[in-house]
Amino acid sequence: MNQLIISAATEGEKGTNPLVPNIWEMGVVLVGFAVLLYIVVKFVVPMFEKTFAERAEAIEGGIAKAEAAQAEASAALEEYKQQLTDARAEANRIREEARAEGAQILADLKAKAAAESARITEQAHAAIESERQAAVVSLRSEVGTLATTLAGRIVGEALTDDERAARVVDRFLADLETQSAGAAK
Amino acid sequence: MIALALPAQDSGSFTPPGIDEMHLPAILPWGAHDGFSKQMLLVILSVVIIATFFILAARKQQLVPGKLQFAGEMAYGFVRNSIAKDIIGGKDFIKYVPLLFSLFFFILVNNIYGAIPVIQLPSFSHVGGAYVLAGIVFFTWIAIGVKKNGLKYFKLATVPSGIPWYILLIVVPIEIISNFLVRPVTHSLRLFATMLAGHLIVMLAGSGIEFLVMQENVLLKGASVLVLVGAIAMYMLEALIMALQAYVFTLLTAIYIEGALHADSH
Repeated sequence: MNQLIISAATEGEKGTNPLVPNIWEMGVVLVGFAVLLYIVVKFVVPMFEKTFAERAEAIEGGIAKAEAAQAEASAALEEYKQQLTDARAEANRIREEARAEGAQILADLKAKAAAESARITEQAHAAIESERQAAVVSLRSEVGTLATTLAGRIVGEALTDDERAARVVDRFLADLETQSAGAAK
Repeated sequence: MIALALPAQDSGSFTPPGIDEMHLPAILPWGAHDGFSKQMLLVILSVVIIATFFILAARKQQLVPGKLQFAGEMAYGFVRNSIAKDIIGGKDFIKYVPLLFSLFFFILVNNIYGAIPVIQLPSFSHVGGAYVLAGIVFFTWIAIGVKKNGLKYFKLATVPSGIPWYILLIVVPIEIISNFLVRPVTHSLRLFATMLAGHLIVMLAGSGIEFLVMQENVLLKGASVLVLVGAIAMYMLEALIMALQAYVFTLLTAIYIEGALHADSH
C-alpha cells in the first residue's frame, strides 16, 4: 500500500494520493446528502411517524372501545340484577298483602256468620215467644170454654160431693192431655 | 472494467491494478480536474433511489401495511428503534432519527453499488464523500453538546471527573486528541478504507483471473479457478462489510450524539 502511494506520488499530478479528496465529489456528496436529508425530514419521517401513531391510536382506541362495551355490559347486568331483586321484593310484598287480605276476608266472614247465627237465634227466640203468646192467647180462650164445659159437667153430676168433683176434674185433664197429644201427632 | 482489461495487454508479466485504477475517466470532463465522475452519478442516483423507495413505501399510510409499506416500515423501524431508540433513548431520540436514517441508507446504497455487477463501484472508495459525511456528523454532535451544556461542554468532554490533577495533565490532552481530532478522521477513513480495500480486492481478483486464463500453460489456466473461488468468497465478505460499515457509521454517529447529550453523566 505504502509503495503504491509512493509510486503514485512520484508519478505526480492528478491527486492520485487516495487521501486527497476531489473537491467536486465532496460537493456532490454534500449537496446530495443535504437533499436526501431534506426529503427525509420533510416527508419520509413524518409519514412513517404518522402511520405509527395512527396505528398505535387505532389499537388503543380498539382497547378503549372494548373496555367501554364491557363497562356497559356490566352496568346492564347490574341493572338486571337490581330489577330482579326489585321484582322479588314486589312479589313478596304482593304475597304478604294477599295473605293479610285473605285473613281479613276470613275474619269478616266469621264475623258475618256469627252475626247471622245470632240473628237466626234471635228470630227463633222471637218466633218461639210469639208462638208461646199465641198459645197463651188460645189457651186462655180455650181454658174459658173448658172451664165452662167442666163446670157444666160438674154441675150436671151434682155439685155436692167434693170427692166426685175432684174425680171429674182429673178425668177432664186426662182427656185434655190425650187430646193435645193427638193434636201434636 | 477498463482496469481489468489493462493487465491482459502484455501477457508476459502481471501488473496488479493500483490506486490509479480507482480513478475512472470522467463521464463529462471539465476544467483541470476529473470532471463529472462515475462516483458523482452514483451518489445522485442513490439519493433518487432512497427518496423514491421510501416516499412510495410511506405514501399510502395504511394501518394494515401492504408489502412495500411493510418493507419500508421494517427499514425505517430498524434505524429508528435498533439504532436511535436503543442508543440515544429518552424522549428526544426522534429528533435525530432523520439524520441517522439518511446516513444509514445513503451509505448503504452507495456501498452496495460495489456488489452490483455492472456498477461495481462503491462511491466511498473515493475519500471525499466520507470526509463530508464524517464532517457533518462531527459538527452535528459538537453543536448538540454545546446547545445542551453550553460552552461548559468542552470541559465536560475533555476533563473526566474524579481524577487527580497530575493524571489530568496526561488525560486531558489525550481526550482532546481522541475526541476532537482522531474521532472524525477514524470515522471517515474507516468507511473509505474498507470500501477502497474491498474494491481493490475485487479488481485484483478480476485481473488475476484474466491474466491466468490468458496463459499458455494449462496448469496456470486451471489455477484461475482457485482465484475465482477465492474471489467469490471475498465478494461475499465485501457485501457483508458494505452493509456492516453503513451500520457501524450510523451506530457511531448515534453514540457520539448520545455522548454529547449526556456529557455531564460521563
